[in-house]
Amino acid sequence: MSLLSVQDIHVYYGAIHAIKGISLEVEEKEIVTLIGANGAGKSTTLNTIAGLHRPKSGTVTFAGEVLTGQPASRIVPRGLSMCPEGRRVFPHMTVRENLEMGGYVRPSSEIQSSLEEMYTRFPRLKEREKQVAGTLSGGEQQMLAMARALMSRPRLLMLDEPSMGLAPILVEQIFSIIQELHNSGVTILLVEQNAQMALSVADRAYVLETGNISLSGRAEDLLHDEKVQKAYLGS
Amino acid sequence: MIFLDNLINGLSLGSIYAIIALGYTMVYGIAKMLNFAHGDVIMVGGYMAFCGLQYWGVPTVLSLVIAMAVCTVLGVTIEGLAYRPLRQAPGLAVLITAIGMSYLLQNLALMIWGANPKSFPTTFINGSSIRLGSLNISSATVYTILANVIIMVLLTLFTSRTRMGKAMRCVSQDRGAAQLMGINVNRTITVTFAIGSALAAIAGVLLCSSYPILQPTTGSMPGIKAFTAAVFGGIGSIPGAMLGGVLLGVIEIFGKAYISTELGDAIVFAVLIVVLLVRPTGLLGKAVREKV
Repeated sequence: MSLLSVQDIHVYYGAIHAIKGISLEVEEKEIVTLIGANGAGKSTTLNTIAGLHRPKSGTVTFAGEVLTGQPASRIVPRGLSMCPEGRRVFPHMTVRENLEMGGYVRPSSEIQSSLEEMYTRFPRLKEREKQVAGTLSGGEQQMLAMARALMSRPRLLMLDEPSMGLAPILVEQIFSIIQELHNSGVTILLVEQNAQMALSVADRAYVLETGNISLSGRAEDLLHDEKVQKAYLGS
Repeated sequence: MIFLDNLINGLSLGSIYAIIALGYTMVYGIAKMLNFAHGDVIMVGGYMAFCGLQYWGVPTVLSLVIAMAVCTVLGVTIEGLAYRPLRQAPGLAVLITAIGMSYLLQNLALMIWGANPKSFPTTFINGSSIRLGSLNISSATVYTILANVIIMVLLTLFTSRTRMGKAMRCVSQDRGAAQLMGINVNRTITVTFAIGSALAAIAGVLLCSSYPILQPTTGSMPGIKAFTAAVFGGIGSIPGAMLGGVLLGVIEIFGKAYISTELGDAIVFAVLIVVLLVRPTGLLGKAVREKV
């Protein structure tokens, strides 16, 4: 049985039908990516799974439990964590405080060891520990946002556009971190506009077009698919 | 000596504004709304303490506790019944609801306690005075300034050390991201209203101790001035509310003493306008980072 299973969800923004019946699965230990153009509904899909939007119909099942309609505050403790688009670090809090808030749903006795773990994985954050997050560079903020999402010890980590607005060298770095996380056993659902990079790290992929899934399959196959190459890989 | 006298009176009045302004600024920071009924919660606090002292023969401290308890329940109830259903509604709808709630409270007070002003009883808070050389400081002044300092210290500790306090800071900085941490936003808003309203009760008792006339509109002018103080200091900022409140009190007393008694209030609002022209975010306000 899949770790995450989304069945035929429909999401509306007022009168706008943003998600028109999306179904997807994520298996344990997989990296699955959702690619597609701006406005295709990638972020809305993640936000709905995370509990920030309520779908009009359809179900979201995680680790055997139906999550549909639950608020995010009930979803995070079950092991589903999201690193949002635009990083969204708490700008007036220090790096350390941001990480501590990432562990909000865990007992405070466990926070210290997770902090150490994050500082080992992201040494840059250790150096900036006492700095206010709003003053970090874009790449550092992205690392902080990812580390913060990991602080809840998620079974599934959702990453929304982690490479957005970053210099190419930082994009490489972020993707190598994603690869490392995958190697250490974290299951990842990745939303990206950088389809090339996303498909090269992912096991499987779904292509979104205006609220529908138009294509899905093994990432490697999609990387060489003619339609995908034409539409998303610019070749 | 008159200068010092005025300064101390200004600090005392400013401390009351500051305690009220904390309620405005915390609610704004976390719920992103202006709770214009806040001033009237002060009035309810004043009346509850008055009832305790005058009708029920309860000791001063217990009367204060009763006032705080009633105001806390009142604030949380107002939030749950009137504001929570409008969480997704446009800001204007919430603002108008808050103004309506303000009139509702004033008119309920009018029904219960009548239109005749009540004279707030003398207690240990305002019953004595301290001589310092030729200065004569009323005990209400001392208690007010002291209460202000203690509240500031406790609130700072609360927001920087406790789990709930930190969650509140997260919600005020980025509500969506706070939800993704697993923070229950509705609960933080409830706690904010509870704290703000309990502080309003304290402010009400202190206000009535210094200016012992109590009527249904008692809370509205201090409420508006405290709101001004919160904007002056930078709305959403706790130290800003403190600074804005104290400065506003001092400016008001000095304005009345040295410029014109009649124009005292006008001077207060003129200062606000000047500050907002020069620094639109208020003295300690943080510029909102626009996302692009």
